[in-house]
Amino acid sequence: MKKPIICFNNFTFKYDSQKNPTLHDINLTINQGEKILIVGPSGCGKSTLGHCLNGLVPFAYKGDITGSLKVNGQETKDLTIFSLSKIVGTVLQDPDGQFIGLSVGEDIAFSLENDEVPIDIMKEKVIDISKLINMEKYLGASVHELSGGQRQRVALGGVLVEQVDVLLFDEPLANLDPATGRHAIKLIDEIQKELHTTVIIIEHRLEDVLDQHVDRIIVMDQGRIISDTTPNELLASSILEQTNIREPLYIRALKYANCKLTPEMNLEHFNKLNLYDCKEALHNWYKSTSIQKSLPEAESILEVEKITFAYGAQKPTINDISFTIRKGEMISIVGKNGAGKSTLSRLICGFEKGHSGKMFFAGEDMKDVTIRERAEKIGMVMQNPNHMISKHMIYDEVALGLVLRGISEDEIKERVEKALQVCGLFPFRNWPISALSFGQRKRVTIASILVLNPEVIILDEPTAGQDFFHYTQIMEFLAKLNRLGITIIMVTHDMHLMLEYTPRCLVIADGKLIADDSAVNVLSNKKIVEAANLKQTSLFELARRANIEHPTEFVARFISFDKEVRGFGN
Amino acid sequence: MATEMLAYIDRKSFIHGLSGATKLIIFIMWSSIAMLTYDTRILLVLFIFSMIVLKVSKIKLREIGFVLLFILAFLLLNNIAIYIFSPQEGVKIYGTSHVLVEIVGRYNITLEQLFYQFNITLKYFAVIPAALLFIVTTHPSEFAASLNKIGVNYKIAYSVSLALRYIPDIQRDFRTIAQAQQARGIDLSSKEKLTKRIKNAGSIILPLILSSLDRIDTISNAMELRAFGKKKQRTWYNERNFNRHDYVTMLVGFIILIVSLVITFSDGSRFYNPFV
Repeated sequence: MKKPIICFNNFTFKYDSQKNPTLHDINLTINQGEKILIVGPSGCGKSTLGHCLNGLVPFAYKGDITGSLKVNGQETKDLTIFSLSKIVGTVLQDPDGQFIGLSVGEDIAFSLENDEVPIDIMKEKVIDISKLINMEKYLGASVHELSGGQRQRVALGGVLVEQVDVLLFDEPLANLDPATGRHAIKLIDEIQKELHTTVIIIEHRLEDVLDQHVDRIIVMDQGRIISDTTPNELLASSILEQTNIREPLYIRALKYANCKLTPEMNLEHFNKLNLYDCKEALHNWYKSTSIQKSLPEAESILEVEKITFAYGAQKPTINDISFTIRKGEMISIVGKNGAGKSTLSRLICGFEKGHSGKMFFAGEDMKDVTIRERAEKIGMVMQNPNHMISKHMIYDEVALGLVLRGISEDEIKERVEKALQVCGLFPFRNWPISALSFGQRKRVTIASILVLNPEVIILDEPTAGQDFFHYTQIMEFLAKLNRLGITIIMVTHDMHLMLEYTPRCLVIADGKLIADDSAVNVLSNKKIVEAANLKQTSLFELARRANIEHPTEFVARFISFDKEVRGFGN
Repeated sequence: MATEMLAYIDRKSFIHGLSGATKLIIFIMWSSIAMLTYDTRILLVLFIFSMIVLKVSKIKLREIGFVLLFILAFLLLNNIAIYIFSPQEGVKIYGTSHVLVEIVGRYNITLEQLFYQFNITLKYFAVIPAALLFIVTTHPSEFAASLNKIGVNYKIAYSVSLALRYIPDIQRDFRTIAQAQQARGIDLSSKEKLTKRIKNAGSIILPLILSSLDRIDTISNAMELRAFGKKKQRTWYNERNFNRHDYVTMLVGFIILIVSLVITFSDGSRFYNPFV
């Protein structure tokens, strides 16, 4: 009954631009109607594998193929990217970048247009598809009016219109807030049930994808498939730890409690877990751990008082927000896409002007302090490092801010080298920036901010698009800076990040500050979680299922314990 | 976000209601007249007509103000250049010389030269509103469809419309990058010397190019994955068929074209000569 639709056979691929193959000896069969998740650290070849399926390899990205890859019984190298696109529909990572048409209807229609479908049939089909993805009321809306989740729906619609056999999702969750990500995963599941398509999801946010059932998980590392099994088997094994993929938090908690994990426990669904005798183990672990004491309150470094701000004549993006940040804190600002988080950080840096209310830095009113002067106190690291880098060489890039401030060459050299050392870039100081990876570039931008000796650093989505290994690297590095006395503010979507690294978080919804509390408390408050599009962590559910009296306390203890185990506590 | 230049401005007006192809054809006719003729009377009529059309379109002058200012600056530059390189052009054309102000030799200001340069300025004024209106009242996706309709290859048409459509995005990137660079100490304000400012602007261009290249890479992959370029032709979701208004407008445009050409060339010269 099972009919294979995708068949890799001793498949190896090498990009023309690289010396060594990116994919080694892949053997993988995917059957019709299956739902497959492909995970692996950055650079493991999972995206390349996806490109092989949709034809970007070898038609857009050239290279050498050995072995065979059959899609629907045909060798892909004998097909064209166009005929493959009729079989495999791809939803790319960035819902903005792939929005080709200007309105929803036009974007859904794009591939029909290219196929010269007459306009009346096209319009009918577009309406059908828009109903399937629940966007029929937005056909005329332009991309800027849509939320991140809606954009993703449209991207999916544009692919579904071709009636493809395989849906390929390349990191569908990367730019979505937690709740929206959850809806996206649910939508994928619903579509699959309705249309019986084969679904392949490439993603490193394993726990989020597991919100809905998947049939198999393929783990890749260094261009090879190292595991191909059911979620339950995989979660019970130690493969994830070995390949540096973030395990779901509830799995890690069970491991800390020394529970023996077996596939029979139904590990893939944390709300249907069979805990058996793990309950007792969890209780024992809970009793044996404690929380590190919080630090005494330091003096305030940044005070925001009743800030209101609007772009042009629109309704306020920031509405009457007040808070105080203390010296040496590490704090996160969370909330849904477009809630005003980024605007708030831009106001603090003085990038946007014309707000009402007041801001104080170390007690001093910042009203007349220019962008340039503020930058010496509050540094801002943007989400996309390419937006900040303007020199070819690492040293020059980091030195730029000092050169512009007319500082003597000797001092520049000293400060730049120090910043590079802190950021772990000293060995590369004479390299061109183009030779660096995304994560390294991010560190270059942090170094170029650090060199100005700011007391506060604001980072916009510091870990977006990073796998667990790089996430840990960046965050540990930030924690280290924090221990050196720098106050760190992070705008983020990542629930793990806020739980693990920031004791306190500010929650913004629709321009208002709706919570200013510990991350653990915020995430256990259902009302706030819903209003800000966050997601409750699986740990609460685990604690509840184990009948632990104070789930919040359980989570707090887990985080504290986890920090020690991973070795970056104070 | 803050104001975006050269982006589509959505209004309900007669001009917005016309199909993109109509507007494009009118625009082409309009600019050919303005390019061919130096007849002051025709240019004046075109200019007044442009103003009326602008009024009808419900687009406010300040909405296109920035671009307008930009073009006017060029116009000024153009005028100065003409005067420097060819100060007696008007005398040559009109055949008489009424000196107004004596400077030195050929740089004496003559009425003819002023009139000649007035005509050139008028040409700008006749075309610019039409060009800007065409851009801001045509939905970018219809823009491509209309280019394709008058025979431009759809790949080129689509590239043009994509380029137009990315203008706001690139402006946004530009602002973000400029802010980041200002924070690092780059001064783009008038406090800095001009040469330094130009050099400083360079530090925004590189990141802007890099981020634009990223954008292009993503969109071209997305387009290819959805079969763009597969066939010789394509259909357009947003294509509008011509209705009565379109035909009437095109007819009026055509009449204006013919009348202008007849008037321009009837006396054997493209110039209207008030000096004889």
